[in-house]
Amino acid sequence: MAKVTIDDITIDVPDGTSILAAARMIDEQHGTNIAPPTMCYYSKLKTTGGYCRTCIVTVEKGSEKDPRPMPKPVPSCRTNVMDGMVVRNTTSPELLEARAGVVEFLLINHPLDCPVCDQAGECHLQDLGYENGKEGTRYEFQRREFEPIDIGDKIKLHMNRCILCYRCVKTCEQITDGRVHGVINRGDHAEISTYIQNAIDNDFSGNVIDVCPVGALTDRTFRFKSRVWFTNPVDAHRDCNNEKCSGKTRLWMKGDDVLRVTARKDRWGEVEEFICNSCRFDHKKTSDWTIEGPSKISHHSVISQNHNELRKLQLGIHKQIKKLDGTKIDLGEGALNPNNIDK
Amino acid sequence: MFQDLFELEDIELMTTTTEIKFSDSAQQQVQEILHQYPADKSKSALLPLLHLAQAEFDGWLSAPVMDYVASILNIQPIEVYEVASFYSMFNLKPTGKYLIEVCQTSSCWMNGSEDIVRYLERTIQAETGQISPDGMFQIKTVECLGSCGTAPMFQIGDKYYENLTFEKIDTILDDLRKENKRSRYV
Amino acid sequence: MSKKLLLTYDHIPGINTLEVYRQNNGYKSLEKALKTMKPDDIVEEVKKSGLRGRGGAGFPTGMKWSFLAKPEGVPRHLVCNADESEPGTFKDRYLMERIPHLLIEGMIVSSFALGANTSYIYVRGEYFYIIKILQNAIKEAYAAGLLGKNILGSGYDLDLYVQPGGGAYICGEETALLESLEGKRGNPRLKPPFPAVAGLWGRPTVVNNVETIAAVVPIVNFGGDEYAKIGIGKSTGTKLISASGHINKPGVYEIELGVPVEEFIYSDEYCGGIRNGKKLKAVVAGGSSVPILPTELILTTAKGEPRLMSYESLSDGGFATGTMLGSGGFIAMDEDTSIVKNLFTFARFYHHESCGQCSPCREGTGWMEKILKKFIDGKATMSDIDLLWDVQSKIEGKTICPLGEAAAWPVAAAIRHFRHEFEEYVKNPQSIHDVKHYFRLNNLVEA
Repeated sequence: MAKVTIDDITIDVPDGTSILAAARMIDEQHGTNIAPPTMCYYSKLKTTGGYCRTCIVTVEKGSEKDPRPMPKPVPSCRTNVMDGMVVRNTTSPELLEARAGVVEFLLINHPLDCPVCDQAGECHLQDLGYENGKEGTRYEFQRREFEPIDIGDKIKLHMNRCILCYRCVKTCEQITDGRVHGVINRGDHAEISTYIQNAIDNDFSGNVIDVCPVGALTDRTFRFKSRVWFTNPVDAHRDCNNEKCSGKTRLWMKGDDVLRVTARKDRWGEVEEFICNSCRFDHKKTSDWTIEGPSKISHHSVISQNHNELRKLQLGIHKQIKKLDGTKIDLGEGALNPNNIDK
Repeated sequence: MFQDLFELEDIELMTTTTEIKFSDSAQQQVQEILHQYPADKSKSALLPLLHLAQAEFDGWLSAPVMDYVASILNIQPIEVYEVASFYSMFNLKPTGKYLIEVCQTSSCWMNGSEDIVRYLERTIQAETGQISPDGMFQIKTVECLGSCGTAPMFQIGDKYYENLTFEKIDTILDDLRKENKRSRYV
Repeated sequence: MSKKLLLTYDHIPGINTLEVYRQNNGYKSLEKALKTMKPDDIVEEVKKSGLRGRGGAGFPTGMKWSFLAKPEGVPRHLVCNADESEPGTFKDRYLMERIPHLLIEGMIVSSFALGANTSYIYVRGEYFYIIKILQNAIKEAYAAGLLGKNILGSGYDLDLYVQPGGGAYICGEETALLESLEGKRGNPRLKPPFPAVAGLWGRPTVVNNVETIAAVVPIVNFGGDEYAKIGIGKSTGTKLISASGHINKPGVYEIELGVPVEEFIYSDEYCGGIRNGKKLKAVVAGGSSVPILPTELILTTAKGEPRLMSYESLSDGGFATGTMLGSGGFIAMDEDTSIVKNLFTFARFYHHESCGQCSPCREGTGWMEKILKKFIDGKATMSDIDLLWDVQSKIEGKTICPLGEAAAWPVAAAIRHFRHEFEEYVKNPQSIHDVKHYFRLNNLVEA
């Protein structure tokens, strides 16, 4: 076991735990919000992380044995804790400034076409920019541009929006039975591509949509159908005959229509279990599914604005919020009803 | 970018006019190269094989040529595309017969590389990046080639031409016109 | 006269052949090593010599060797980094072209010391003619029983191969080099694990620069203690310096570490002074990535002491007033040189060479080039100087590999020491067009 202190909160974690994982554990136990943001790391995929540099943290003290600070910020996703390590994230203004720099780099070539992007509302880059970025841009040059292309009949690639996190590449490498796309070219010319416009086509290829942190890879069957915050996510399952697929999914509904099927995501925005393309693309009828109930959506998320749970709260049906640590807060009748806020 | 790199007509041209197969001597070289790595690490041969393929197949790597290399190494074609597009020496489009790679970094710039480029453009009647009207030459500006003490310089195939002057360039180009053989590194 | 250890025989005709090389003490260190020394003895001698990596980082070679993991039954590898691409640096090329057997001898001795039975020399692809020179020399060595099975009857086996790169500066970073040698894109790996534990194909690997490996030959020949007597302080031995720019005698010079910079620039033994009787304006002393220094700071330290060609003296004063020895790529600029334009060529270089893996370098290097282009085009404003400074500071220290720093440092140093020149570009955009000096062929072109 190793004792690590992140933003003044100490936790014991097993040896070999990354700083990021330790920070996430603290958040889960204490209801805090100190886990660094991640854009390329994905705990369900091996060898991810280290590229985007958004999860950098300052190591103030290396370990009990070697207390020297680390000279540069380190990527928390790929740096393991040492016993006695002291880490700063949200409590270091210098670090937050450095992260704002990374956010700026990620945005200078991003088209900021959120108004026409299907990912808007569940985009990690939007969240990152909102929470860690600065207002305005200092970049005055032409942004790099690519034509959107179809990778098969189910997936759309908007390379303009890509931040080169490599998650989709690792997904195809590790989840599907053969990778046909990858990163071609070098530097800021690099792009996700199949090079010769191959379709990415096998049973699990659709998962690249779910792992993509931005709107670079989107679901063509959902394209322009609805803004995500106008849909209601519910958890559902079916008996999937693909032995590698659990059939546990999230349906994004409007009325009784299933507009989109995705994997279920945890509070860190990562899928809980990868799902097969048949569940994702071919089962869009309510009768295909056994619906379990409304999905848990963070109240911070814009998606929650139209969500069953929140609406119930707003209407005063619920008057308690259950915190993550299990304690309940009594809000009083109709506390979250926007009409009551001023009262 | 993507569209620039890949033109369908080029590929069709390649597939219909040439059978993609290494010559006997190149086949032998392939075997020698593969011998340099443990049997289960043959992907290490990728860069040497791409150099060889580029030299064998008209100085550039078409998608079918890259697929052919993938089949030799028993790897996915995308693994070859990723690598070929990363390194600056692999041409993914047809080039002039002689690719003139002019260094333009620091010491070469201080010693007149910009003039070398302008002079070349005028002489071969093509802008940097374009193939000259006679198909013989193409200028490509490149970054430091490790010839800073003998600047300005350019590279054609595996040959370094150093301490360049306009007169020297005239002679070099004349000689190459007479030679009329595609430049190659390997 | 300076002491020479590597380029002792480089002027002898035919020294590139095995026959002439052996006539001039060639392969003596190999015989000594295989017949009289144990592998660990050689590591010990290298430690004693104080040899530091000659590729640019200056890490003690003996220490690097001693980190090599030696798990039972797992092959180890030595890989020579001949991906020389740092602008201003061409010493490895000179050494391999002139005396290929010196590198090969060093490779065999070092491989023996490290217990490697298969070693590779990774040469940048642009040096294809040198690859051919090395391959010929290796063929000669095999034929003479210096490579292959049971070398010189010692029972030690070694296979040595040359691997071409494909044109990528980043492959000079050791983990990117290993990726490339595995047939992949040259993307640097996240460390740890370090190559000493998991390198080529996951096996323990040492990666050393050409000059470092060549220096093992004199260290074994004369002993580590003797080697350490040469040079100054912790900068032991000799160093190959690639001298270029506006000097009378550009070329590769082997210097004893500790030669005063002033002597190196002005003495006829070395650079022979500045061309055309011009004054020196600035020097990039160790390859494009090290901070540029104006004349007064390159010739003397901030304390007023003469600056020497050594790791310590060149870095005296930190980045505020000092620089680094780096790879020994010494670029001298005369009074007419535009610091901003030269910096632009560096920025273009790093933008071109960024692998694109991590965001600060991928996006930041291109941004810096574009801002500098504004200066060149006479379109910059004063706030662009501050923006440029801020962008470089946001790249530095935030990337996987040192290319981020390599791109940021020259920008920071140019602004630190030559801010007035940037301001001049803003105030008087015409001034750039008046600098006709480097268009030495200009008139001819226009004629």
